[in-house]
Amino acid sequence: MHHMTLTELAKGLKAGDFSSRELTTSLLDRIERLDGDINSFITVTRNQALSAADAADQARAKGDSRPLAGLPLAIKDIFCTQGIRTSCGSKMLDNFQAPYNATVVEKLEAAGMISLGKTNMDEFAMGSSNESSFYGPVKNPWDRTAVPGGSSGGSAAAIAAGFAPAALGTDTGGSIRQPAAFCGITGLKPTYGRVSRYGMIAFASSLDQGGPMARSAEDCAHLLGAIAGHDLRDSTSVARVVPDYLAELDAPLDGLKIGLPKEYFGNGLDTEVESAIREAIRVYESLGAKVCEVSLPHTHLAVPAYYVIAPAEASSNLSRYDGVRFGHRCENPADLEDLYKRTRAEGFGDEVKRRILIGTHTLSEGFFDAYYRKAQQVRRLIRQDFLDAFDEVDVLMGPAAPTTAFDLGAKKDPVSMYLQDIYTIAINLAGIPGISVPAGFAGKRPIGLQILGQHFAESQLLNVAHQFQQATDWHRRHPTDQETT
Amino acid sequence: MQWETVIGLEVHVQLATQSKIFSGASTAFGAEPNTQACAIDLGLPGVLPVLNEGAVAMAVQFGLAINAEIPETSLFERKNYFYPDLPKGYQTSQMAQPIVGKGEVEIVLDDDVRKRIRIHHAHLEEDAGKSLHEDFHGMSGIDLNRAGTPLLEIVSEPDMRSAKEAVAYIRAIHAIVTYLGISDGNMAEGSMRCDVNVSVRPKGQETLGTRAEIKNVNSFRFVERAIEFEVERQIELIEDGGKVVQETRLYDPDQDETRSMRTKEEANDYRYFPCPDLLPVMLDEAYIEHQRSTLPELPTEKRNRFETSLGLSTYDAGVLSSTRPMAEYFEAVLAVCGDAKQAANWVQGELSGHLNRENIDISNSPVTPEQLGGLISRVLDDTINGKAAKQVFAALWNNEGASADEIIDARGLKQVTDTGAIEAMIDQVIADSPVQVAQYREADPEKRGKMIGYFVGQVMKASRGTANPQQVNGLLKQKLDDA
Repeated sequence: MHHMTLTELAKGLKAGDFSSRELTTSLLDRIERLDGDINSFITVTRNQALSAADAADQARAKGDSRPLAGLPLAIKDIFCTQGIRTSCGSKMLDNFQAPYNATVVEKLEAAGMISLGKTNMDEFAMGSSNESSFYGPVKNPWDRTAVPGGSSGGSAAAIAAGFAPAALGTDTGGSIRQPAAFCGITGLKPTYGRVSRYGMIAFASSLDQGGPMARSAEDCAHLLGAIAGHDLRDSTSVARVVPDYLAELDAPLDGLKIGLPKEYFGNGLDTEVESAIREAIRVYESLGAKVCEVSLPHTHLAVPAYYVIAPAEASSNLSRYDGVRFGHRCENPADLEDLYKRTRAEGFGDEVKRRILIGTHTLSEGFFDAYYRKAQQVRRLIRQDFLDAFDEVDVLMGPAAPTTAFDLGAKKDPVSMYLQDIYTIAINLAGIPGISVPAGFAGKRPIGLQILGQHFAESQLLNVAHQFQQATDWHRRHPTDQETT
Repeated sequence: MQWETVIGLEVHVQLATQSKIFSGASTAFGAEPNTQACAIDLGLPGVLPVLNEGAVAMAVQFGLAINAEIPETSLFERKNYFYPDLPKGYQTSQMAQPIVGKGEVEIVLDDDVRKRIRIHHAHLEEDAGKSLHEDFHGMSGIDLNRAGTPLLEIVSEPDMRSAKEAVAYIRAIHAIVTYLGISDGNMAEGSMRCDVNVSVRPKGQETLGTRAEIKNVNSFRFVERAIEFEVERQIELIEDGGKVVQETRLYDPDQDETRSMRTKEEANDYRYFPCPDLLPVMLDEAYIEHQRSTLPELPTEKRNRFETSLGLSTYDAGVLSSTRPMAEYFEAVLAVCGDAKQAANWVQGELSGHLNRENIDISNSPVTPEQLGGLISRVLDDTINGKAAKQVFAALWNNEGASADEIIDARGLKQVTDTGAIEAMIDQVIADSPVQVAQYREADPEKRGKMIGYFVGQVMKASRGTANPQQVNGLLKQKLDDA
């Protein structure tokens, strides 16, 4: 039961193999028993989960047949949940209980899903290893000397460890796809604007996007259908019909045109990762796809442009944490300036401070044109690279990350950490969707295949990923409990 | 040396939307602190702004009213700075691409000279909350009710040359926004706040002097006095060999002086950048034309029409078009009575006198324009004379009757124009005043003119004021002179 997909669990509930309460209790007990070391949850909401499970069981007895009703999931602690601590992985919000639910949380509740709790993450989603969390690092369930990736590391680890069949994540520069790859699960970053950002604590508003993390593309399709859609409370969400993401899952891949960006197979790519990805491509060829090389010529500019734009927006988004209205406040401030300085010095960790400083600098008078404006120009070029590539091919494929999960504490300097996102970051700059699916292992550590599509081509991405998962069983592997305990 | 004053103004107009510019919270004035601030106004983690379309419509209407360019695309940006009553740590405003482009406003000076003041642009932004520095034992209280209230900041070119011109300009802006109904224009409640840029230069010099910005001046009178003080200060400073520094100053109405708040070196770097939470505002031709179709007649147009089509004096046209309620009242009176001059006289005379005495706004006048128009009609058709008309007005003011006609009837104030009836009264007066009649008849014609007043008074008294005075006069003359 701990490693079943949402689709399988839904069947079990329907068949009466187990109740929602039994399922939920079993997962909560497992979290209690095993998460002490993994550290994938910041807050477990046992009581709320159990009463929601009881309500779901009663509703099912009365004929509730909604596909996701009674199924548990975990929620990244970046989404506001009413009356429950929403920390964003930061000391700054350790005492913050949101007075409202994020739109996606509302939608999942409306679909009948049960939240088990809030998962660990890099502080304010700034990181690629989950090591910047105020609540301590998360360990990779496959190998506890390794990071789970980040920033949605808690969500990915919880799924891999058999704590939750699915989770919500967010992705600003790879924060769903890279931890999905490191933890051997499936994670989808939707098109920017496909999923409401209301109630999702902002890191970099023009790049942030929430999305599903689960054990299969099919499960991601279920979840995306539940959370996608226009939200009047988010002006950047797009008023566009949400298709039935399950409808195209089984479409054959005959004649699918796959582009391999040559820039994604260059220097710095681990050879074991590369051979796993090449092997996955061969699987696609066997399914009838045509493969060719393409170029995304501005790829080398993606990381620098991202590390101008994202910190710039973050420096402004994080100004509200000033100790005046909510969150951490320093003891006995002498005056206003002291209040600001000590509150922020105490409340934020090093990586957050580093990005606030970078962002403040790049927006400053005299630097704006050289940094921010230039980075926006680069962003347009990167977007155009993808649009040009999609004139020739249907989807792009490559590795989700240059290596498998690295060791905890291994990346000491920020830039080597930033380069982790070299294959994921451009996707956020372009606003297109991307999915990472399990595609093998290097030793104990999983490898993720990244598939990229055109704006709003989630149905196609899910179809392409699902067909791979019909032909392979990488996504059905899970760490044994012996390795976990 | 002869000095020339140069003034530019930034006027912040609070727009009269029901809800805030980026949230659904109410904008009503005067509620208990922090009761009209929702999660968005508080800047809670995760919240997002949604633009109030009403504020956009109002800004566009203002732009059309000043013949400004309305760009197809405008953009919201973040102005970043820390302040306790600024919840998000940035103000959402507009900088590079404001919603209203270049336009102009006509002002009228005392001697009826007209001058055009160019508008550089106008942009939408959100207001901050208020910091309350009293009653908190060495701390400050924060009231966020005002946070997120929509403001239209109207930025003029430095086209004004005196405090009087600046005041005339603010009055013109006030008239436009209240005519449009996009603001209540209530300066006491902060619905219009001005930042005044003042500099001086030797007369004839082309380049501008260094300016000081006087922040948050909140009444017509204070604008005038702040400028006068500041001009004097700058001239004295320069003449004493000093230099004006670019700085922000505060006007203190109690001391009637401006004081330095911060110099340019201390100014914030606001790090403006486009707000990623809001889409660019795209306005097409159809939308702009629709807004144009909703525009009322504006103060300048009205004033010109009052002068040219109604034949009013420049002064009367100016007063009657100065506010929309005044103009609407006047036009409603005119619609009933049909005589512009009479309507103008009554509105500016008897009515304004009563309103001013009791400090009542014309929109709350106890005498309705229909009532006043009805009263004037009865004067025009000679039903009552001027004296009775004042009685009727007083009765209407005191709500002693529903209409002029009702009061005229009830009090028998209808003017007597029946020659026979007037003659009978005259005969009686003549019969009762033998001495005066004799004196009159002995007097030379020059003196008679004055002496006839006595007889008129007696006849009017006998008629309880209802006799037509012209008729009384004519008939009396006949009877006394012809004998």
